Amino acid sequence: MSDSPVITQGAMEAAHHEHPPYQRHHFETIGQQNDATNFAMWLFLLTEIMFFGGLFTAYLILRNWYYPAFVAASHQLNIVWGSANTAVLITSSFTMAMGVWCAETRRKSGLVLCLVLTFLLGLVFLGIKSIEYSEKIEKHHVPGFHYSIQSFVDPASDPVAAAYGDKPLALDMARKTELYFFLYFAMTGMHALHMIIGIAILGFMIFRARAGAYTMGHVTFVENFGLYWHFVDIVWIFLFPLLYLISRHQ
Amino acid sequence: MSSTIVSLPDQSTARIPKVNFLTKENGLLSWLLTGDHKRIAILYLISISFFFFIGGALAGLIRLELLTPQSDLMATDTYNKVFSMHGIIMIFFFLVPSVPATLGNFFIPMMLGAKDLALPKVNLLSWYLYVAAGMLALYAMITGGVDTGWTFTTPLSTHYVNTNVITTGLAIFIAGFSSIFTGLNFIVTIHKMRAPGMTWFRMPLFVWAHYAASILMVLGTPVLAIALVLVVLERTVGIGVFDPAKGGDPLLFQHLFWFYSHPAVYIMILPGMGVINEVISTFSRKRVFGYTAVAFSSVAIAVFGFFVWAHHMFIMGVSNYAVLVFSLLTMLVAVPSAIKIFNWAFTLYKGSITFETPMLYSFGFMGLFTIGGLTGVFLGTSGTDIHLTETYFIVAHFHFVMVGGMLMAFLAGLHFWWPKMTGRMYPEKISQLAAVVTFIGFNFTFFPQFILGTLGMPRRYASYPPEFQVLNVFSTAGATILGVGYLLPVLYLTWSLKYGEIAGNNPWQATGLEWQTQSPPLTENFTEIPIMDHEAYDYEWLERQKEKEVTSVG
Repeated sequence: MSDSPVITQGAMEAAHHEHPPYQRHHFETIGQQNDATNFAMWLFLLTEIMFFGGLFTAYLILRNWYYPAFVAASHQLNIVWGSANTAVLITSSFTMAMGVWCAETRRKSGLVLCLVLTFLLGLVFLGIKSIEYSEKIEKHHVPGFHYSIQSFVDPASDPVAAAYGDKPLALDMARKTELYFFLYFAMTGMHALHMIIGIAILGFMIFRARAGAYTMGHVTFVENFGLYWHFVDIVWIFLFPLLYLISRHQ
Repeated sequence: MSSTIVSLPDQSTARIPKVNFLTKENGLLSWLLTGDHKRIAILYLISISFFFFIGGALAGLIRLELLTPQSDLMATDTYNKVFSMHGIIMIFFFLVPSVPATLGNFFIPMMLGAKDLALPKVNLLSWYLYVAAGMLALYAMITGGVDTGWTFTTPLSTHYVNTNVITTGLAIFIAGFSSIFTGLNFIVTIHKMRAPGMTWFRMPLFVWAHYAASILMVLGTPVLAIALVLVVLERTVGIGVFDPAKGGDPLLFQHLFWFYSHPAVYIMILPGMGVINEVISTFSRKRVFGYTAVAFSSVAIAVFGFFVWAHHMFIMGVSNYAVLVFSLLTMLVAVPSAIKIFNWAFTLYKGSITFETPMLYSFGFMGLFTIGGLTGVFLGTSGTDIHLTETYFIVAHFHFVMVGGMLMAFLAGLHFWWPKMTGRMYPEKISQLAAVVTFIGFNFTFFPQFILGTLGMPRRYASYPPEFQVLNVFSTAGATILGVGYLLPVLYLTWSLKYGEIAGNNPWQATGLEWQTQSPPLTENFTEIPIMDHEAYDYEWLERQKEKEVTSVG
């Protein structure tokens, strides 16, 4: 080893290659650049999991403590809108995945179409979510703002609760439903915030895609955004059963 | 036997290289929009020094107030704000970014043989987030401050105080993202940007330590972020999650908070340990003893670090079984920490030791960190913890680890790499004096606090019983010495920027790749990407390099 020229001698040919315009100066190869940005995106999603993890932990603990309140409160969620939204979101993940495929196979119009569809489906999701939120506002089920426990101490007065045959909760337990709705708003709100950010980026991407930016062979940005979009989708895949489904028949 | 290994070029002919990362471009914008990891490191260095001196001034106020038993310098609520802001600024705006964002930022790409961090723009964004967060925290301080302590303990922070909890909380939230981006960048760089031949077990241990700290930053900080969001929501909307009256649980906040904030102390100390590896090896001319064990001990600290958080809550009403388990897990962290200390001791054994300033600071680190770490075992043992927690014992323990450990390591690293960063040497004699002054001042300041703690003096009060005064006077006197010890480097390091001796490429004869290039380095670090064909800390390889140089010149 001792007589091999070292350290100052390097990968000369790599350093003097012609680079594609999208390769950043500090990467040796475009493969290295793609690897690095992809890996960074996965790590970022890991931090996102930890961020949502705090809320899931709170949900786990509080649900264990105040089980009857969580059951009664979850009956107030609208299963029809919730299911519709799940379908919308899964479809948007499909269109996004198709978009990535179009970018990889350099189909510009296909990519623009897929991105526009994803964008629209994202908006539909938020629209449905706002309908659900307004239902909660009407029934005073927003924690902190004039929260009302009427539906839980007197279920007969509330058609939804009555339809489920809910039994009246003791005052003490009924007040814990506020925590359920806090978690509902915090978790779906944080999820919606991620959707809004995603939709904003999608809008930017549609313009860039129309200019052909992602169909010249460099698709990392579309791929990484796809990862983000699927991540936001998966968060919902956990939220939907936890908030809407698991107490349906109790 | 020579008493120094410093080898400087002939000062009459030596020049700072005309082209380097500092001179490549000029003007304020070339700094504010830079993607160069070395320039961002310098920006970070200036900003964290600024916050360090604000935090230090607040510490000075605390010690001045505690000179007398009565609360006479300031009102008690002002005192609460002063110690809260001291903690918040020192932890989130100095200790967490100190070594990683400055030395780590500067040297990780160079040590790996890369041109830059993997995500230069994210790196710059991280600095801007840091500055924005810092400004927001200062704004909160100027417009009334915050008095919850740096821990934001609920329900105090959510229900009982009317200070700037929200502004400060948001500042820390933003600073957290700055830290996440730094950690994320390091992990990606270490995985994907290593030069040919730079295998995982050829990396300097400085890089391993940063890798472990980055894991903690990436996985821990988001949990702090959500905890702070919930505090802000609790204060503004009254969501009830931490409010026992509504069925919420104030302890939940502490679980979330300490899930980050205990690993955070490892975020702070691990990069410092990384510095010590480089310094000890260089100044004893030996490969770090047990390289693999030291590398894995960093990762072990990171992993164990995630499972000990409840030891901050032994007296808060967690179950006895939880106390038992967390106490045991806490003891486990002592194992990898001890592995490091023992391995450094064995590195020194039969080494050719010289006593340049970085080495003096490193010795300070080893002694003080050992005391700080061992007193941590007292606090991890639930029986003694119940007596010692919330007393000055815990203050002394924490400062031994963070100031005696981390700050010493930061200064060791700053002096060690100063010639590489600036191209000029710091003045050796006065800096050795500063290292000694710091060590003496530190012990005077914080050792009495161990005794105060065992005697039962509680932390976070502006007044105390008169019988504690002697030890408090000692502590305050020590703090003034410590203050001098910290001011000296600012003066002579600034002086050295213009008048220091020209350092040359490798004044310490160190083996890292960062030393095999010009000082200050080029913008993209290397003219050609190096090939790593030897192990880390291979001093024989360095000798052969020098021989080759001589023969080729001759």
